[in-house]
Amino acid sequence: MNPSIHPVFASGLVCPLDKNNVDTDQIIPKQFLTSVSRDGFAEALFYDWRYLADGSPNPDFVLNFPQYQGANILLSRANFGCGSSREHAPWALQQYGFQVIIAESFADIFYNNCANNGMLLIALSKGNIDSLFTRCSEGPQQWQIDLKNQEIRFGNNAALGFDIDPDIKQRLLSGLDFIGSSEQFAPQISDFEQSRKTSQPWLG
Amino acid sequence: MGQTLYQKIYQSHVVGQLNASTDLLYVDRHLIHEVTSPQAFAGLKQAGRPVRRPDLTFATMDHNVSTQRRSMDAAGETSRKQLEALAENCDEHRIPLLDLTHPDQGIVHVIGPELGLTQPGMIIVCGDSHTSTHGAFGALAFGIGTSEVEHVLATQTLPQQRAKTLKIEINGSLSAHVTPKDVILAVIGKLGTAGGNGYVAEFSGSAIRAMSMEGRMTLCNMSIEMGAKAGLIAPDDTTIAYLQGKEHAPKAEHWEAAVSYWQSLYSDDDAVFDQVVTLDASQIKPQVSWGTSPEQVIAVDQPIPSAESFSESSKQDAARRAYEYMGLEPGQRLTDLAVDVVFIGSCTNSRIEDLRAAASLVKDKKVAAGVRALIVPGSGQVKRQAESEGLATIFKDAGFEWREPGCSMCLGMNDDRVEAGQRCASTSNRNFEGRQGRGSRTHLVSPTMAAAAAIAGRFVDITTGDWA
Ligand code: SF4
Repeated sequence: MNPSIHPVFASGLVCPLDKNNVDTDQIIPKQFLTSVSRDGFAEALFYDWRYLADGSPNPDFVLNFPQYQGANILLSRANFGCGSSREHAPWALQQYGFQVIIAESFADIFYNNCANNGMLLIALSKGNIDSLFTRCSEGPQQWQIDLKNQEIRFGNNAALGFDIDPDIKQRLLSGLDFIGSSEQFAPQISDFEQSRKTSQPWLG
Repeated sequence: MGQTLYQKIYQSHVVGQLNASTDLLYVDRHLIHEVTSPQAFAGLKQAGRPVRRPDLTFATMDHNVSTQRRSMDAAGETSRKQLEALAENCDEHRIPLLDLTHPDQGIVHVIGPELGLTQPGMIIVCGDSHTSTHGAFGALAFGIGTSEVEHVLATQTLPQQRAKTLKIEINGSLSAHVTPKDVILAVIGKLGTAGGNGYVAEFSGSAIRAMSMEGRMTLCNMSIEMGAKAGLIAPDDTTIAYLQGKEHAPKAEHWEAAVSYWQSLYSDDDAVFDQVVTLDASQIKPQVSWGTSPEQVIAVDQPIPSAESFSESSKQDAARRAYEYMGLEPGQRLTDLAVDVVFIGSCTNSRIEDLRAAASLVKDKKVAAGVRALIVPGSGQVKRQAESEGLATIFKDAGFEWREPGCSMCLGMNDDRVEAGQRCASTSNRNFEGRQGRGSRTHLVSPTMAAAAAIAGRFVDITTGDWA
């Protein structure tokens, strides 16, 4: 589905991961960072939580619960994505199937990394996050994420609004080429380099 | 109204405005390493884009290298492939690389400053969150992801939005044996790991002015652990003296102009910060993290806090989970905890001053029986310096392993790992679950606290003097 012609950014099953400070070392442990490719990280997602020491799935980890198979919306708590700048973390989440993460707050680098991969991160107040977890405790949830109107829809006409930076929203909706849009500034970049050469020649 | 240092640096790097809240900023220095760059180079190749400024780009091998042998294949097959990919990419794009054969190779955040690549007023980026280290020089330095690495390689710019500003003012003098590491751990304990989210943190005050560049780097290094985008310290005479004569520092004909520019880099007296926090340095004691987040930290003479002592339920849950993972109970004394491993190294604490401090405690003593203790200097320069000052001999005589430079046991991507259930006194920056190896239990400490733990075989309060 192309988000530019459809107001709904994503819709589907929600997986609740009830933790604060989920760090990128947990999202994808270091042993998977030696790859030189951008693919193949889905299996590594939350590796130390998801699998037992013998490599079998950990039945106590929420991602392995039968009712959350196929989830594409992840719900978590404060400071999600803290720690290392590894973009392998958003790659792993995305390749597993998550398109949207809803949490109380996100670490800055992680937030940018997700946006650069076309993922939508929604930050909500603690009260709202609490109420979303309560919904999840009542049974598996199917939500619609309407980015254009900035709403999470729960069905039965119930919805919750969210804020998002207008520039990020625009990029997610139109799928703008990250490098391409900056390349249009090539003349300004050259001018900047020229004047920097004169004012701060030691910088090269 | 005056400007903060952050605002001055930001403003002077605006190339253009991308849209309402996003500017395109010029990047003065781009540091790269083997782990977060291969996919960026692959992206460039796919799009047929060249590297715009290879001369402003600088590469090292650090995360994945063996610290036992200087060989590309010494840390396994996949590591070798990644190191080779970096070498090929640098070769193809004519990017200077400090590979394993280079005498100055080391951790990216140690070598940048040491080679004079890091200078005040610059914007410095690297695909690594601890790029915040370079803020110690009054540079705006922050970690980026691989898509952004590709963006910088292609355009030498990066889209950015203005961050909020946080002033952390620390006045007074540090007590004996209390180090900048203890200061930053205490700050994180106070503000929390998300306390700096959305902010650039500027450290100021008499305690900061009194710190060496090494100490300032330790401080800024860990500003990312409180979620800050970057740490900053205004350059002063200490900064200028450090840079003079460094390989890539401004050459003689530009030196004076550079210095006078650097001297203009400070927050104006009437600059307004979005938030201000003040601390009294004399109140800070040696710190030890007890949990699995850098904010779970206490002074060495305090008992492990009870879950109920935290007001938020989420912090209570985090504490309970941390007791279980770390094998601890509330009320326990850190000084009763035996350590299995001691790691002195990482971009936080592997510089010459850190090694001097550790050596001063180790001299004429022995590592406790059953403790594995490891010293991994941050760079070839640090290693040579430590050897010439006799520090390496002190460590080796005491029973420490003396290694080659690299990230090593900070994240255990190579073969230096803490085994499941082992307790490690570590001078690194992250005590996350599994960070040093699956099931590893990390306690973050200063180099002096780590050295003392190696000798005593347990955590000790080095300020009491009766531990050895
Ligand atoms: S020493 Fe540790 S924190 Fe520093 S760059 Fe290496 S892995 Fe990252």
